[in-house]
Amino acid sequence: MLIQSKKSFLQRFYVVEVLKGLMITMRNMLFTKKVTIQYPEQRREYSQRYRGMHYIKATNGVENCTACMLCPTICPAECIHIEAGERPDKEKYPVRFEIDVLRCCFCGMCEEACPKDAIKLSTIYEMSQESREVYTKDYLLEQRGSK
Amino acid sequence: MDMIDWAITVAKALVVFLVLFQVAPIMAWVERRGSALMQNRLGPNRVGPLGLLQSLPDGIKFLFKEDLVPQHVNKFYFLLAPIVTLVPAFMTFAAIPFGSSIDLGDRVIHFQVADLNVGLLYVFSIASLGVYGIIMAGWSSNNKYALLGSLRSSAQMISYELSMGLSIVGILMIFSSVKLGDIARMQGETLLQLGPLAIPKWGIFVQPLGFLIFLTATYAETNRLPFDLPEGESEIVAGYHLEYGAMKFALFMMAEYVNMTTASGMVATLYFGGWQLLPGMGWVLTQLPLEGLQLEWARVGFEILSFFLKVAFLMWLYVWVRWTLPRFRYDQLMDLGWKVMLPLSLVNIFVTGVLIYYGVI
Repeated sequence: MLIQSKKSFLQRFYVVEVLKGLMITMRNMLFTKKVTIQYPEQRREYSQRYRGMHYIKATNGVENCTACMLCPTICPAECIHIEAGERPDKEKYPVRFEIDVLRCCFCGMCEEACPKDAIKLSTIYEMSQESREVYTKDYLLEQRGSK
Repeated sequence: MDMIDWAITVAKALVVFLVLFQVAPIMAWVERRGSALMQNRLGPNRVGPLGLLQSLPDGIKFLFKEDLVPQHVNKFYFLLAPIVTLVPAFMTFAAIPFGSSIDLGDRVIHFQVADLNVGLLYVFSIASLGVYGIIMAGWSSNNKYALLGSLRSSAQMISYELSMGLSIVGILMIFSSVKLGDIARMQGETLLQLGPLAIPKWGIFVQPLGFLIFLTATYAETNRLPFDLPEGESEIVAGYHLEYGAMKFALFMMAEYVNMTTASGMVATLYFGGWQLLPGMGWVLTQLPLEGLQLEWARVGFEILSFFLKVAFLMWLYVWVRWTLPRFRYDQLMDLGWKVMLPLSLVNIFVTGVLIYYGVI
């Protein structure tokens, strides 16, 4: 439906209205705060609950993981691969713990499923790589967050 | 004409050509930064101070991109179109005076490439040639969007050239000359003396309505917003230059910016006194400790600076208006051209005639 607003005689010449419009753009240009984040120097602040790169939490240098296989079971993208093994003291531990981050959808279900608070998602979001890599256990054991 | 006169003419033509050549990269930066700031962004600010050198890598990219010619185009006209668009754009500036003259004793140098006795008509006739390049580009591209764009462009240019031509009749009646140098010189006279404030006989003061019509028509002639229907990104992708890439596209952009410069130069010459000094500059000139020929050179320098500043402001106005007014719908564009601007320019001629008859102007 075409809605036509009533315009006064002066408004129908548009000259004054156009000048008003020009003033609005000029005011925006000169006085409004610019919203650009200049990326490498400035960074956007993310929430602490942000789900970024994974890591395996360790206590006293030993990973919390007991290779219970809950996280690869719940993982909808099937990107976690664990090979379980036994320590000399009969405790179960992951011999291999690999995450194919290319398949990961960062849903955070692994973090929720984990009974030992071992697998965690940090707030790191810069994950570009030069080659397609599967993250190994050594890589994941670097403590990347405080969660 | 002896050899030195020839040399001076060639030098003037070369300088004007080279300066016009720099307009495109600088305006590309001004447009990008200006539009970014108006939209509360920052725009390109990484290459060089304030991003001023941004156009350099852009230009290199344009040069080294693959020079693609699609298979379905008419190759001859497709390659000819950017040239046909660019050449008239550069040609028109020749008749625009960018300074008065200087008397060196044995010879007089006019700061104008060609002081034609048909100056104004020359500019209009060459400027209307530009539409041929656009039609050629659209038609030879063998693409529906491109053809639509060029059709729109030609229809728009024809309807706005009419009111553009009629709007300057008032100027011609007042200054009774078509030589742009004469028009610029006569605008130095005083129109009104209000105490210490002298209002010069600039076109904008004697022809305010004509100025508005002419300014609007130049926006339509150069295919700039709010009249950029030939390009109309959201409707017909990119319009007439849709099939062009790399340097051929850059030539179209350059032609657009040079056309803008020429249009701004025309507006400045006809309505803002051309090279007449800006208010305050005459006072500065009297304060300088210079004499004789040196003073003359300083005067010419200030005149060129004045002309440059006027053109620069009008160029900025193009960017400013671009981000203020939305694009017209096609029927609104035609309505404005034929039902508003054409009658108004006729009224303007009539009123100017009456005022001249009663000796007011």
